[in-house]
Amino acid sequence: MTEAATYVASARWQEATIDRLLRRTERVLSVFLRVRLGPWLAGQHVDVRLTAPDGYQAQRSYSIASAPGSDDVELAIERLEGGEVSPYFHDVAQAGDSIEVRGPIGGHFVWRPADGGPTLLVAGGSGIVPLMAIIRDWLVAQSASPMLLAYSARTWEELVFRDELLDTQAQQPNFTFIATTTRGRPHRPQDFDRRVDRALLHDVLTRWNRSARSVYICGSNAFVEASTTSLVQEEVPPGRIRTERFGGQN
Amino acid sequence: MTTRGFFGRPPSDDVARRLPPGQYRTEDFPVLAKGPTPHIALAQWSLTLSDGPRPLASWTWAEFEALPQTTWRGDIHCVTKWSKLDTNWSGVTFDDLLHAAGVTPPSAYLLAESPDDYSTNLPVSDLLGGKAMIATRFADAPLEAEHGGPARLLVLHLYFWKSAKWIQGLRFTPRNEAGFWELRGYHMYGDPWREQRYTNDP
Repeated sequence: MTEAATYVASARWQEATIDRLLRRTERVLSVFLRVRLGPWLAGQHVDVRLTAPDGYQAQRSYSIASAPGSDDVELAIERLEGGEVSPYFHDVAQAGDSIEVRGPIGGHFVWRPADGGPTLLVAGGSGIVPLMAIIRDWLVAQSASPMLLAYSARTWEELVFRDELLDTQAQQPNFTFIATTTRGRPHRPQDFDRRVDRALLHDVLTRWNRSARSVYICGSNAFVEASTTSLVQEEVPPGRIRTERFGGQN
Repeated sequence: MTTRGFFGRPPSDDVARRLPPGQYRTEDFPVLAKGPTPHIALAQWSLTLSDGPRPLASWTWAEFEALPQTTWRGDIHCVTKWSKLDTNWSGVTFDDLLHAAGVTPPSAYLLAESPDDYSTNLPVSDLLGGKAMIATRFADAPLEAEHGGPARLLVLHLYFWKSAKWIQGLRFTPRNEAGFWELRGYHMYGDPWREQRYTNDP
């Protein structure tokens, strides 16, 4: 209700300087931008615009990975083979380069500390990015509400932000991180080695033993469909589930 | 502002002409939705036209399928920046729906409403004169649930969030009332050719 009043996107494109680049995994690169964005909420995204010498422009949207209030805006960009924009970031961009951004954008797939919990997060691949902002915001806010992340990737090495997630779990008893990898063996007793399905989510929810007040799911459409369908079958009310699906990117 | 080292991959002139500013072409059909996909059985489906709280007309699936069917081909433009060209849709135009109901629009605006608490607002004039349909088929096949089946609104000349998925209601409103995304940072009208993506875009 009242939430709606705060989402007024900045209409202006503005210059952002690439502060630094950090390779997270073989396919995911974090781009830290120095830019004066308005205050953002965990889960929001920015639009990025690149301009060629002949004036041709390409725009894409990328989720913000950094917690609200951070000095830099962190985007974590997956390299998409044959893509037009992601290869620029992976192969060409350097610290000191400038791009244009506008935002923050989005008023639905957002979390704020006052929302409380318990909060269930389900990520597939680079779908972790907006959820990472939520986890970081939760940590900064020292929220007492429980949070669980179920995160699926192909391999242990491809879990973006893996070490930070392990650290967060080690420090915060209220934070639970469960990984599932579709190739290779599980690394910890609590992890899985298969695709997210109803049985896996049933196990996760049973062990957690909480009733999620809100659920955030981000990943490919196939991943989000499988996860939402399973959770609804597990009697999570559909109205509590927010989704973000990527596709059509390049 | 030129981006050092960026050249991009501009589309051919034929395609470029059909892409609104800031859009790029995609060949696949991405899915965007705020939550889980509702799976609506045809036996449970109905479409209701109402004036505020007052129902004006209602159709079951069988009644709706008996209305005159129209086929369109056109381009769709999603505010998340992808465009899909030459899509094929069939369904019942808004004009035919009003005619079947024997209704003259009682106001200049309406909200398209879906059972997942989604809604989006449109000027009635943007739906009249062959500009909108309730689509039940895509590419000659029943519309899949993840793309809004059994039936979605289709308004090709506005950003695609205006084409409400899983539509079950068209409710005339006395004023231009913001819908789901319009309350959450997105533009009240959403013309892709004027790049009206977000609330404050001109």
